[in-house]
Amino acid sequence: MRRIWLLLFTIGLPLFLIAPALMKLPRSSPNLTAPSVEALPQSGVSNPVTAVLLNYRGYDTLLEVGVLLLVVIAVWSLQESRWRELDASEQRPLLMPFLRLIMPVLVLVSGYLLWIGSSRPGGAFQGGAMIGGAMVMLISAGLSRRFSTSERRVRAGLVVGLTVFMVASVTTLLWSGHILCYRQNSASSWILAIEVAAQISIGVTLGALFLGGRPRTLSPERPKLEVNRD
Amino acid sequence: MTEIALILYLLAGGLLFVIGFYGVWAPQELLRRILGLNIMGSGVFLVFIAIAAQTRDPIPDPVPHAMVLTGIVVSVCGTGLALALVARIYSMTRDESEERQQ
Amino acid sequence: MIQFIFDCVLVLLLLSLAWRSVTDPDLLRSIVQFIIMGLLMAVAWARLNAPDVALAEAAVGSGLTGALVLSAWARGCRSGRKGGPK
Repeated sequence: MRRIWLLLFTIGLPLFLIAPALMKLPRSSPNLTAPSVEALPQSGVSNPVTAVLLNYRGYDTLLEVGVLLLVVIAVWSLQESRWRELDASEQRPLLMPFLRLIMPVLVLVSGYLLWIGSSRPGGAFQGGAMIGGAMVMLISAGLSRRFSTSERRVRAGLVVGLTVFMVASVTTLLWSGHILCYRQNSASSWILAIEVAAQISIGVTLGALFLGGRPRTLSPERPKLEVNRD
Repeated sequence: MTEIALILYLLAGGLLFVIGFYGVWAPQELLRRILGLNIMGSGVFLVFIAIAAQTRDPIPDPVPHAMVLTGIVVSVCGTGLALALVARIYSMTRDESEERQQ
Repeated sequence: MIQFIFDCVLVLLLLSLAWRSVTDPDLLRSIVQFIIMGLLMAVAWARLNAPDVALAEAAVGSGLTGALVLSAWARGCRSGRKGGPK
């Protein structure tokens, strides 16, 4: 009986409210396609979505990169990472050769997606997602020791996106009085610089999220912690 | 895209949102509730992109696309944080139940 | 006409996968159904003329979220109201 009430109030009532609202949406309302496409030659890129993300609404992307860093701080302050590091003898036989094959390809594809994002579908987020996928594979193959030994580089990678974005914001604020208002002939260079830094940051952030906690500090006397699988 | 197909996607987005909403309240396991939150987000994104596809020009409206891209990344981060919290809750309640057994 | 049939089938699959991933008694199955729903969402974005969103959703929305949830499942955060052991 209780289940019926739950179904009614969480499915029936919202649906009753949402469906008429959706049906009442006008078929073709005035939208921002024409203005954003018209201003494309001045924006420094020729993909409208990239132009919106990094030029017209660059402030939102700045805040998003900030949110990424904030979430990593939150996740890392909760607990330590519980991923086990595997020796060469414990590795699965097919995984390491596959990783050796696929890592350069992933780096190449992510760079390609970044570069082509200025004219075709792609961009910093998609490339960053590829690097995040590479990090996920490395961590789940038991190679997360890299996160602990090169922790300084990992932290630098986490921070570089927001830093470059803030530098760009402050510089454009001082130059032209508005945040992220690039000059026309330097717009594409600014966007490329911000995208490269943001891609590195996004990839390392996704890897840090998958790590699930701060990297364990290595010490030789400490026994390896096992992931509890009950 | 025909008009009927766009209405179909709009209503599908609304239904996804509602299913996700049910999934936040009804299940017992925390993991399933997190999945429900994600499904709610996917429903909202579907509504956005369906509205963006309703333009008269062949090019869809890029502003909702950018908003959904930002939304996807932020929702993944939120899911990561939620799962880290669930892992912490799990390890704390497991230590508690071990202490009680001793 | 055939495009409309494709859209209908896609939407039906999306909704049924979402419903099953919320109500399936087995938690692993519902997680896998959620991952597949994410991939079909990427197909829906491609169908709606949103290729950038499709790329991002396939990689991050479906792939990484699925990996995160599966690794949380593997650690045993499966049962009970508070996510603790039974």
